Formats: sequence, C-alpha cells, structure tokens
Amino acid sequence: MRKMPAIERKYVTPGELIAEGSYKPIGNVIRIKDKFYSTKVGLAEISREGIRVIPLSGPYIPRVDDLVIGKIVDFSAFSWEVDINSCFFAYLSAQNVFGKDFSPDRESLLRKFAIGDLIYAKIIAYDRTRNPLLSVSGPGLGRIPKGEVVKISPAKVPRLIGKKGSMIKTIESATNCKLIIGQNGIVLIMGPPDGVLLATQAIRMVESEAHLAGLTKNIQNFLSKYKEVGS
Amino acid sequence: MKELINEKGLRIDGRRVDELRPLKIEVGVLKNADGSSYIEMGKNKIVVAVYGPKEVHPKHQALPDRSVLRCRYHMAPFSVDVRKPPQPSRREIEISKVIREALEPALILEEYPRTAIDVYLEVLQADGGSRCAGITASAVALADAGISMRDMVVACAAGKVSGQVVIDLNDVEDKEGEADMPIAIMPNLNQVTLLQLDGILTSEEFERAFEMAVNACRTIYEVQRKALMDKYFGKAGEE
Repeated sequence: MRKMPAIERKYVTPGELIAEGSYKPIGNVIRIKDKFYSTKVGLAEISREGIRVIPLSGPYIPRVDDLVIGKIVDFSAFSWEVDINSCFFAYLSAQNVFGKDFSPDRESLLRKFAIGDLIYAKIIAYDRTRNPLLSVSGPGLGRIPKGEVVKISPAKVPRLIGKKGSMIKTIESATNCKLIIGQNGIVLIMGPPDGVLLATQAIRMVESEAHLAGLTKNIQNFLSKYKEVGS
Repeated sequence: MKELINEKGLRIDGRRVDELRPLKIEVGVLKNADGSSYIEMGKNKIVVAVYGPKEVHPKHQALPDRSVLRCRYHMAPFSVDVRKPPQPSRREIEISKVIREALEPALILEEYPRTAIDVYLEVLQADGGSRCAGITASAVALADAGISMRDMVVACAAGKVSGQVVIDLNDVEDKEGEADMPIAIMPNLNQVTLLQLDGILTSEEFERAFEMAVNACRTIYEVQRKALMDKYFGKAGEE
C-alpha cells in the first residue's frame, strides 16, 4: 500500500500546481490528466480524503441547510424577497410563516416582517436553476430584534466558527456576548456594549489572520490581554 | 523616421530589445469592489475593479447555465496627451471585447449560473500596451474577487521596431514601429487566449516574437503571483 502523507498545507493562487498523482478532488481544484491545479487563492490541503483548497475570498454560494442572516428588501402577496449577501435573492414564502392555509385576503405580510427587518433563516431549497428558498420555522429562527451586525468575507466563516465551534465559544465567553453567525458572512453580536466592541475587534482579527496557524490561541491571548486592561 | 534603436542596441527609453518596462501590481485597492487591482507597467497606470457574481440586469442577458462576463475598458480623458472624449470610442469597445475574450477561457463561469461578473478597467495613464497591462491586472482582480479560475491570464506584447524583434512596446514604438503583436496566455495550462497582430512579420520573426512574448508573460506571471501572495498571506506567504 502506498504510504499516505499526513495533511500537507500550501499557499496557492489560481492555476498553481498542487500535486500530481491519483487523489480525489474535493473542492476548488481542477484535474487535468493527473495534475491538480488550484482555482482560488487559498490554502491547499492534501489529506487522506483528497485534495482541496480552502479559499480566502469569494462570494457566498447558497447551500441547502445553511443558516443565514438576511434582510427583507421587498414583498409580494405571497412571499418576501430577502437579501442574503449572495448573487441571488432568496424567497421566504408566506405559507412558511402563516401556515398552509395562508390567504393574502386575510393576512398582511407586513404584520410579520417589514422591509428592512433582519431575519435568521434556513435555506430549505436551492439549485442552479432557481433562487434559494428560506424557512423561519425552527428554534432560534425568525426576526432578529436587536444586536450589532458585522459583515465578514463568507469564505472566512468556517475559521470564525473554528473546530467544533471552538473559536465562537472562545469569543463568547471572553466578551459575555452571544454570537449568531450566518453562513453568508453576516455575524450578529448581542451583549453589553463593551463586550460587543471587543467581540467586533476579535472578529476582525480572525478575518485578517484567517490563513495563519494557531489562530484560536492568538485570539485567546488577545482577549485575555484586553480583559486585564479593562479590569 | 525617428531612430528607435540606437547603435548600442538600446531602445528609445533605454531598454534592451528583450527588456520589460518596470512593473508593479497591487491587489485590493478599492474598498467597495469585490475584487480590485492596480497595475503600473512603465507609464501605463490602470485600475481594475471586479463586481460579482451578481444578478444580471437587464434580465434577458442572463444565461441559464453560466455567468455572463462583461468587460469595460475605458480611458480617462486625461490619460493621453490630447484630451480623449470620455464616451466609449470604437477602439475602446473593441478592446473591451478582446479583453473579455482573453479572460473568458480562464474563468469557470459554469459555477455561477444566471449571474453576471463585471470587470471595469480604467486607464489613468496610457503609454502603449495598455490592453496587455489591463488583462494582466484583470486576472489579478478576478482572483481577488474569489472567482473560480482554471488559470491566471498574463499578457504582453512583442513587435518589430527598426527591423528588430522587441518585447513590451511603448507608445512611440507602437506608433512608429513596423509591427505590434499583443498576446495573452494561461501560463500553467500553456494556452493562448489572445493573439493580435498589427503590421507585417515574416514567419521567422513571428516565431521569435511569439517566443519572446511568452517568456515575458512568464516573468509577469511571477509578479502577479507575488502580488496575490503578499495581499493574502503577507509575510507567511514568502516562505
């Protein structure tokens, strides 16, 4: 059996050769014969499962089951149009909010969500041919009443969440805030004002240092230093 | 006719026949664009902004299976010696098309169906070879926007001046010389995406010019790559 190398990391730009041989392409790579090239600027990772590039920039492409934060921008008789920071507008159907027997004669959509409202929603359907469909039925989903919104690059959301949510937990416990992260790169912070300020700084730091190893440690150091100064 | 190459073999701006002009590329210069870059190639100064993928307006332009790439090459009125009227000229419309067709093969547009990607090239100062510098900068801006690409695109011109094959022609050489041949390549895939020729070259001269231009493109590619590395990885990328 061929010995598989441990996870190997490399900084790449589009068109750069990552590896040659028989691997499985996982994401953001193209294969030409037995050569693998990156399609994005990012971190190339060669592991047991295959080759992939973790991008450092790029638009948000919706996926089913993603939780996103969106803004209501328009509504018709049967649905709302939601800006989810992507190249497509998402739709939230009135039936999903008011129930199956919704009738536009009886209910007004504005009673529930107005234009400009922020909502936390789940993508329940999306494919290449149609715009994404949202749902707000589920625990924690629905209108966002308060909080501070921070926008980051959607490509860096996984880093902000961290392994099994380690990064988000670190920031939450150090700042006394609650974070809601939308997969589309919109983050909502709720908590005391100085905590919100600190959390914003930490998030900005994650965004600018997303490519560095030991990021959670760095953030921990940053937050603890700040705490000492604050107290 | 002006003497374009002197007895020492130096060109009008003091370069050797196979020497590029000083080159500088910066990434992410515009805050509001999804991707942007700035290039200085000799006296050429060009800013490129990429917006998208985004919804297509007007909607009938949208394609069901892929994204639409739209390019606009535009010269600022003050970019040349005599004021250039700001409306798009015949030349600018043609160069926009040529640039679009040079970039399209490198982009994986099928990943973004029903959307549009806009590339705006604004020439702040022009000195010959601005379409090549524009293509080089556009590829960097597209990579900065995080759009999936098969490869980068690099462009450089070769041509014939005073009977000699030279690379990276400047404005005077372009106007007074015998031939100008801009080419664009995808350096890793070894494919040509643009080849134009204005003037007459013999087949030997063509072979030589093509080879010199491709070599120049590879040099420029390294600058492109370094610019992206510096922006995204800073010091960590230099290792």
